[in-house]
Amino acid sequence: MSRVLVGVKRVIDYAVKIRVKPDKTGVVTDGVKHSMNPFDEIAVEEAVRMKEKKLASEVIAVSCGPAQAQETLRTALAMGADRAIHVEVAGAEYETMQPLHVAKILAKLSQDEKADIVIVGKQAIDDDSNQTAQMIAALLDWPQGTFASKVEKSDAGLTITREIDGGLEVIKTKLPAVISADLRLNEPRYATLPNIMKAKKKPMKKVSAKDLGVDLSPRIKVVSVVDPPVRQAGSVVPDVDTLVAKLKEGGHV
Amino acid sequence: MATALVSSSRQVGRLTNAARRLYSDVYPKITTHYTIHPRDKDPRWKDVSMERVAEETDILIIGGGPAGMAAAIRARQIAEEKGAELRVTLLEKAAEAGGHILSGACVDPIALNELIPDWKEKGAPLNTEVTSDKFGLLTKSGRIPIPVFAGLPNYNHGNYVVRLGHLVRWMSEQAEAVGAEVWPGCAGAELLFRDDGSLKGVATGDVGISKDGSPKDMFERGMEFHSKITIFAEGCHGHLTKMVSNKFNLREKSEPQSYGIGLKELWEVKPENHKPGLVEHTIGWPLDKNTYGGSFIYHLKVEEGEAPLVAVGFVVGLDYANPYISPFREFQKFKTHPYVKPMFEGGTRIAYGARALVEGGWQCLPVPVFPGGCLAGDTAGFLNVPRIKGTHNAMKSGMLAAETAVDMVLSGVATHETGATPTAYEDKLKESYVYKELKQVRNCRPSFHTSLGLYGGVAYSAFSTLVRGKEPWTLSHGGADHARLKPSKACQPIEYPKPDGVLTFDLLSSVALTGTNHEADQPAHLTLKDDSVPVKRNLAEFDGPEARFCPAGVYEFVPMETGDGQRLQINAQNCIHCKTCDIKDPSQNINWVVPEGGGGPAYNGM
Repeated sequence: MSRVLVGVKRVIDYAVKIRVKPDKTGVVTDGVKHSMNPFDEIAVEEAVRMKEKKLASEVIAVSCGPAQAQETLRTALAMGADRAIHVEVAGAEYETMQPLHVAKILAKLSQDEKADIVIVGKQAIDDDSNQTAQMIAALLDWPQGTFASKVEKSDAGLTITREIDGGLEVIKTKLPAVISADLRLNEPRYATLPNIMKAKKKPMKKVSAKDLGVDLSPRIKVVSVVDPPVRQAGSVVPDVDTLVAKLKEGGHV
Repeated sequence: MATALVSSSRQVGRLTNAARRLYSDVYPKITTHYTIHPRDKDPRWKDVSMERVAEETDILIIGGGPAGMAAAIRARQIAEEKGAELRVTLLEKAAEAGGHILSGACVDPIALNELIPDWKEKGAPLNTEVTSDKFGLLTKSGRIPIPVFAGLPNYNHGNYVVRLGHLVRWMSEQAEAVGAEVWPGCAGAELLFRDDGSLKGVATGDVGISKDGSPKDMFERGMEFHSKITIFAEGCHGHLTKMVSNKFNLREKSEPQSYGIGLKELWEVKPENHKPGLVEHTIGWPLDKNTYGGSFIYHLKVEEGEAPLVAVGFVVGLDYANPYISPFREFQKFKTHPYVKPMFEGGTRIAYGARALVEGGWQCLPVPVFPGGCLAGDTAGFLNVPRIKGTHNAMKSGMLAAETAVDMVLSGVATHETGATPTAYEDKLKESYVYKELKQVRNCRPSFHTSLGLYGGVAYSAFSTLVRGKEPWTLSHGGADHARLKPSKACQPIEYPKPDGVLTFDLLSSVALTGTNHEADQPAHLTLKDDSVPVKRNLAEFDGPEARFCPAGVYEFVPMETGDGQRLQINAQNCIHCKTCDIKDPSQNINWVVPEGGGGPAYNGM
């Protein structure tokens, strides 16, 4: 049976209206409602289902972030993860943390915890990077099944159905492997109060990136963050000639 | 003969079928919630286990606002002083503490000073001391200043302008620090009773019910909390409070409660328009003399890394008569007044929200105690209208409820078997400033109901303040808010200016700012006792006032897909839990129940 490591990220709740900070260095996060990244909820659900189907023996939830990341880990525990690891990254270091750092951290933890399946959401809804799963696989030299909409056990490994531009692609991988969860993989269960209460008693370990030998120095610098331009009203033109004239006017043809 | 009977019975059958189809076509089914369509008679629920996990706690608090948090903190403080074991559990439906809190707010620190005397050292976010008060009557183009001085209820020296959501969040941390359990994202949904009829506790809501009322794969029952005493602190017009008041006849001797709706925006303003510590109120325009209401404009001190903020809001009394009134659009119109507009020039709106306020005061107070529990805060109705303050009374009542509850639990009077009534709580309220304040100002709000309207109210309130409320009579509010709506045919529609998107805004972009959301696939929590009433009565007689008074665009009358006529569409996902619809529906057909926990607005320091 496999040991599954699930990466979860605490992000601004998807229904909240994002506001750019007055100094244009980022978005306002203070006091704003946060939740678990929706794709990570799907990843946790898949891991817990594997355990229920006896394909996995243990589910370990991991999150990299400030103290509040523990709330996200508690939700994962309430959904059925067995234990949690909080990699504490706070302040300026957290502002500049990038997918490569997270990938290095998760890769190291997978080795330490002897996990043979790593599953994360396909991308986070704040940075939309869609890089972490792929980087983990590359660092560990493991096969990857990204944009997974179905994961099944097969002989010596996994059969993964991937959502790709042209439709669905089915691949077979050996174990150990990295999976990134897409929307249609499953519908996550609720973290209900009795389970949230039980989750408070499940073990949560705290480590630092330094403990894992990962250097958090940024390789990318955010220059500025601005609102997208306000959409201008369109105009209805009476005929094709006017349309062509307007396109020429605007320098589009 | 037989064929004649058969054919005539077939005719009758055809007619009844046609009538049923016509009826359901004209009035389609809307409500699917189990409180209207019970599950024990529903075949889809036949094989679903309805068992619930139960936990025991000593004191259960429903609602994590100033009253609930104060009760939790006070209860645990006393337990620690006495070295006693005491389990205190608080359930809050918002996903995070403070998430559903909305208030002006200008707070009198009297209760907080008693609850946590070293609140300043502990970092309570009371950062803006009031430096000046302004009050004025707006006319269409001008403003008549009305002086504010010491002794008047709206004199705010010594008070603080706060972002109440942030204060409640801080209180939540204090509550957990002294050992109370705070569970956000948990909606109290059902009352539990013992065989003798006393309150045994509260059950949280079920999750995983589909929009059509059927169970989904991940359906899970809520859990039960059995407590020795339950304190209801749900804020204005709580839905469990509504149930408990009916069950125990708490409102038998009270006048029907009276309410207002308060809408609020937070604005980043230019530094030259920012006067931290300024508390300003207006009455008059754009409301006519017979519609109660007014505005508030509070300037907050600049916080680190933030632009200068001003909280601006508008209250409309829900006893208004003209069904064409839209409180949201009155608020937007108010900002266009030549006295108000310059304040927000060059500014940016960063937040919006709305909540009903309880305005009935003294005459409308229910009996606040019953076997097994009591009511605290705005859900009981302790807001002082002339002072425009309820937070201090909410906190104080929470503290008194906690003191009574802890006393009864530790002395063994309140147990899991006996539903003892906390009568001492009512006595303590009567001796405290809560009831004394409310009694003193009892005649102010009702005095606005004469034909002199606004002017009569202001004049009488000045008199009542002068004699400190000692006049030997008590005026009546004269009836429930929902009964005051006049038929639309007897009223004039109101022309509201179009929003410009800079100073004034449309409803839907405002709702987006609340961050509100609900799991889409669940039964609408705005339940109708009778699905035909909205079109048959509300639309026909009052031109659909719910589409106008809801500050979140939940109610829309849309054309039917086939044939003529309209139907009511309920956009439950937009709901910001303000409770106005449950209060103002002229048919009292809307019953607001709690949706899945965690849903609703995501206010940040509102």
